[in-house]
Amino acid sequence: MYDSPIRELLITGKKTYAQVTEDICRPIHAKPSKGWLFGFGLSALVMTMGLYFIMRTFLFGIGEWGLNKTIGWAFDITNFVFWVGIGHAGTLISAILLLFRQKWRTGVNRAAEAMTIFAVICAGTFPLLHMGRPWLAYWILPLPNYHGPLWINFNSPLAWDVFAISTYLTVSLVFWYTGLIPDFATVRDRIQNKIGKKVYTALSFGWVGSAKNWQRFEAVSLILAGLSTPLVLSVHTIVSFDFATSVIPGWHTTIFPPYFVAGAIFSGFGMVLTLMVVVRKVLNLQDYITVGHVEAMCKVVVATGMMVGLAYATEFFIAWYSGSMYERYAFLNRAFGPMWWSYWIMVSCNVISPQLFWFRKIRTNMTLVFIISIFVNIGMWFERFVIIVTSLHRDYLPSSWMPTYYPTITDYGILVGMFGVFFTLFFLFCKTFPVIAIAEVKSIMRTSSDTFRDDFVPEEQIPEKVQETVALGVGAPGLVAAHKSPDEPQA
Amino acid sequence: MSKKEEKTKYLVGIYDDDEKLLHAVEKIRGRGYEIKDVFTPFPVHGLEHALGYRDSRLPDVAFVFGALGCTIALVMMTYMYTFDWRVNVGGKPHFPFPNFIPITFELTVLIGSLGMVGTYLFVNRLSPAIKPEVVDPRQTDDRFVMIIEAQDEVESYNSEVFAAYKETGAVETREQMLVGKWYNI
Repeated sequence: MYDSPIRELLITGKKTYAQVTEDICRPIHAKPSKGWLFGFGLSALVMTMGLYFIMRTFLFGIGEWGLNKTIGWAFDITNFVFWVGIGHAGTLISAILLLFRQKWRTGVNRAAEAMTIFAVICAGTFPLLHMGRPWLAYWILPLPNYHGPLWINFNSPLAWDVFAISTYLTVSLVFWYTGLIPDFATVRDRIQNKIGKKVYTALSFGWVGSAKNWQRFEAVSLILAGLSTPLVLSVHTIVSFDFATSVIPGWHTTIFPPYFVAGAIFSGFGMVLTLMVVVRKVLNLQDYITVGHVEAMCKVVVATGMMVGLAYATEFFIAWYSGSMYERYAFLNRAFGPMWWSYWIMVSCNVISPQLFWFRKIRTNMTLVFIISIFVNIGMWFERFVIIVTSLHRDYLPSSWMPTYYPTITDYGILVGMFGVFFTLFFLFCKTFPVIAIAEVKSIMRTSSDTFRDDFVPEEQIPEKVQETVALGVGAPGLVAAHKSPDEPQA
Repeated sequence: MSKKEEKTKYLVGIYDDDEKLLHAVEKIRGRGYEIKDVFTPFPVHGLEHALGYRDSRLPDVAFVFGALGCTIALVMMTYMYTFDWRVNVGGKPHFPFPNFIPITFELTVLIGSLGMVGTYLFVNRLSPAIKPEVVDPRQTDDRFVMIIEAQDEVESYNSEVFAAYKETGAVETREQMLVGKWYNI
């Protein structure tokens, strides 16, 4: 296969296959580091705090929250949509980029999929909590019951949500685990510790890596990717239907499905960047999650950030163009009403801050990438808050208008506590699972690592004149010929 | 393996490079030796063709399960909502086909992927209870292992196989007693 000599490397440091295994498995065999213990301890503490407030909600009911006369949905649904959105980047990286044959996905897909699963677990908690009587949660399933039987309402997007979220969680989990089996086998064959060996033998499902195993593995991965791609689009579409099928001004818009999907990918990549910038440093995986990987993700953030910006503008335009006074008022109230600050936090974090990623200097500076990714996370949380709370706080009857929304300590406690749950799960994952898909990284080494690519020319070493021709799309025949390996046919 | 199972003698050739292995498989098969199985730490492209395997039928399995999921969803909702107990929700129709699409799609994907992965685990004999027979622990790390059944009764067969291994660049060859029950399934 021919690869351009200036195509960037995805695995650096002249690794052999054995070194790849060693580098990725090291955290599993090593004693937990101080940084890990601190991070894990802190997350577990925050999680415990969150569980306390969840328990209060269970014991005392929804009255613990700051909901009021017109605002019946607030932090809970905001958090739900936020966490579901976070999950989407994992599926995008693992499924859509697999279909598009983007090799850079191999460095980040495992951790991103883990993030998806943990985020969906966090998301699923909120509708359950909001039920008021979570012990009756099974009522949302189409089960025979003693009311006739009175089945669930299949017209309701809330019922579709049940199917969408549970399918999404199940399929993501299955996809993730299918990929993990060969890597668990690698850990199993290396680990010395007796208990560890037993655990990883069970986890690896007896994988031996025969040619037939791999053939089927590739077939299954491809089909799962093909199924997950429309699935991930459908999930956030259905989440947006929760709003779009209602008759609330500000919610009742046909732009919601694509707008939500773009926003989900945007926020998900924000979270992937937050996690990856830290993980590559702490677990010493800079050779596998390279600056190039981070840059690629930054570019996705710019693209989806602009889509989200376009959606904000379109919404405003359509509100005016529709001629509906309620629709117009809802949007003007969003931007200039009593909760104007939340709208402008949203716009500045989601539309303005990612624009900095146009500059290569910023994309390659890990500290700045980390800071901007945090802004993206904040912005996307506020997007959901803006959509939900500002559309509700002034309804059709001015006498019931609430001045603004006041969250209670329980609201904040659950919001922060859920980050504790997420990071606790993620820290456990980093310590016990191969954080990078070992087999997949090895399978792209021949084309994308400097171990095999001795013809690679770093961009700064290409003579200026040649660079111009390359940029013009004319190609650089002399350069290509000079750096080709001898066994390749001359173009 | 709880009870003692009978072991057969295999000729093992270990390679350290995926391209060498691919050429070796082609050459050794070309000479008429029957390769029992090949173990690699990652999917080697073209290996299944070199070994002459036919395409996997798992995509067909996925389609069948997907179709099943689609049918289950439509039949379930039509039965419950249109025939069994008609609930009047805001005067909406009792057979709202467009509103059935989201759940139909989700169940198609759910049952399609679970069915396919279940079949995949079954045909590959993968389950937490299985104790695998690993020829060489490095086969999940950086070694590519080929095994051919030994034929002691045929004169010089074993040594010819070893010679073929060496010639195609194997870094290590040896005889090994293996159960080999679940190879090449």
